[in-house]
Amino acid sequence: MSDKLHRILLFVAALIVPVVCGGIVYALVTDAYEAFEHFGFLNFLTSSEWSYTEGNERYGALPFITGTLMTTLLALVFCIPFSLAVALFAGEYFKGTKIAAVLSAVTDLLAGIPSIIYGLWGFYTLRPVVMALNLSPQGSGILTASLVLTIMIVPYAASLSAEFIKLVPNDLKEGAYSLGATKGEVVRKIVFPVAGSGVFSAYILAVGRALGETMTVTMLIGNTNNMPDSITSTGNSMASIIANQFGEADGLRLSSLIAIGLILFLITALINMIGKIMIKRARII
Amino acid sequence: MKKIFSSIMTLTLAMAMAACGGSATNGGRKAQELSGAGATFPLPFYNVVFEHFAQLKGDVVAYGGIGSGGGVRNLRDKIVDFAGSDAFLTDKEMADMAPVVHIPTCMGAVVVAYNLEGVKELKLTGQVVADIFAGEIKMWNDARLVALNPGVTLPAEAILPVFRSDGSGTTFVFTDYLTKVSSMWAGKYGAGKSVNFPAGQAAKGNPGVAGVISQTKNAIGYVGSEYAFAQKIPCARIENARGEFVLPSSATISAAASGDIPADTRTSITNAEAVGAYPISTFTWLIIYKEQNYAGRSKEQAAATLDLLQYVLSDEVQGMASEVHYAPLPEKVKGLGRTHLKTVTYNGVAILQ
Repeated sequence: MSDKLHRILLFVAALIVPVVCGGIVYALVTDAYEAFEHFGFLNFLTSSEWSYTEGNERYGALPFITGTLMTTLLALVFCIPFSLAVALFAGEYFKGTKIAAVLSAVTDLLAGIPSIIYGLWGFYTLRPVVMALNLSPQGSGILTASLVLTIMIVPYAASLSAEFIKLVPNDLKEGAYSLGATKGEVVRKIVFPVAGSGVFSAYILAVGRALGETMTVTMLIGNTNNMPDSITSTGNSMASIIANQFGEADGLRLSSLIAIGLILFLITALINMIGKIMIKRARII
Repeated sequence: MKKIFSSIMTLTLAMAMAACGGSATNGGRKAQELSGAGATFPLPFYNVVFEHFAQLKGDVVAYGGIGSGGGVRNLRDKIVDFAGSDAFLTDKEMADMAPVVHIPTCMGAVVVAYNLEGVKELKLTGQVVADIFAGEIKMWNDARLVALNPGVTLPAEAILPVFRSDGSGTTFVFTDYLTKVSSMWAGKYGAGKSVNFPAGQAAKGNPGVAGVISQTKNAIGYVGSEYAFAQKIPCARIENARGEFVLPSSATISAAASGDIPADTRTSITNAEAVGAYPISTFTWLIIYKEQNYAGRSKEQAAATLDLLQYVLSDEVQGMASEVHYAPLPEKVKGLGRTHLKTVTYNGVAILQ
């Protein structure tokens, strides 16, 4: 009897999540419909105009999709050397030592800092540095936002990759050592090929985190609706345009913002799915 | 015995309630709960005024800063007693709903703030401001800026304009002014709560823009006066319609409404002709229905609404305006507001005698 009850309770609890998720998709699709109908789905995706002129409003998502992809991609590229170094340090070279435990703990701590703190730090500390280095005159922009995003996603990429690197079987590594391989060769020829898809999935999950980051990006990206033409120019990401304009928007603009939310939701879901599939493949090995 | 006891209780309660109601000086009417919604620009002013009003009259006023557009929508849906708006209703909007009256409550302005090392005073004309925000004047040592500011050393650096990333009445007032003074601006960008600024970067809210300006050398941007005054942000003198270069202050903002104001006060006072007027000034309004019997409102609620608006127009409240960094209404505009209040009716009978 009590077993049955448990099963029902768990079933109901498990059902809530997909129902909520379905509700979100439903609400996004119904509210975004007006924008898709007015501009056409493909045209909305590929138009780079964001013009408020009354009676001739034109909204397109391309500058924001580009802004999101540019910040995310740059953050990913910048984060690879740092997170890989931390992962190898904690998962291979100093595996099981106290210093590795301290390093992992400190890296994980970075994940717990609220994004507004990163945003303020970027605004007051990093932005003047970017200006002083003459990277961009106004300081804000894709590059500045990406640099802070990098620090924010390093812990996600680093701690998960360290776990996968630790899982590489010892007998494989010992076999390589007995053949006279150096530590570097073991890492390159044994650790990476074996833990590769796991490490890859760690980066995918970190990307998922960077895609939706709102507060930090809004404070640093410059919030202009133009198509970014270089990594130092200002722009807007999908999350930041919603944060900026949702409050006063109505009608077609509101619908367009929700449509951008839907696209962001789909991109994030897709990336997370790829990550999950890669983790599964990593487990099989 | 029980019956006597309960009737004594009821009596005491009734007396206590009567005492409560009578303690405030509102002519013996029951304390009401009023609700309004709308513009965020005058919100700090309204908070202070409504709190004083509650102490004085016992009526509690709740005001939600949801933006001018939302406030007007709520009034149209008849779910609030009054709406706050930074923009007067257009004829088209007026035709869409029952007759309303606009009561101006206080004044504010948009200031042009800048960050230039060693520059204490900056003079700008409307056309120059328009050209800067259009990206046509790119350098601080542009000949036109130098000509306007003799004796000031302007750096040979790029100008970094900062604008609002969110829709805002501040942007509306600023671009409304630029539209009036620059045909180039009127043709290319126009006025609105959100405008496609071609140059520079954007930030959210007055604090966002002010923050970027203060942290960025060679930046220039526009900020609501209530925020700029409270934060003591340095701002430029702007040339008004009479050719005077005016620094924004409570007095110069009030001066912008000292000229000819139409009887219904529905007018933009940017680029006003008056002497000593700061040219980027604006009214903010509370809007109520002319006929107060709607959506089941009681006569007392209508009376309380009018009490509130009379109080807002009183010398006491107008005197408070500059303390909280707004500008008071000139005598004449207060008079116009009071005249409008007399036309407000309940079941067709004027409420104020």
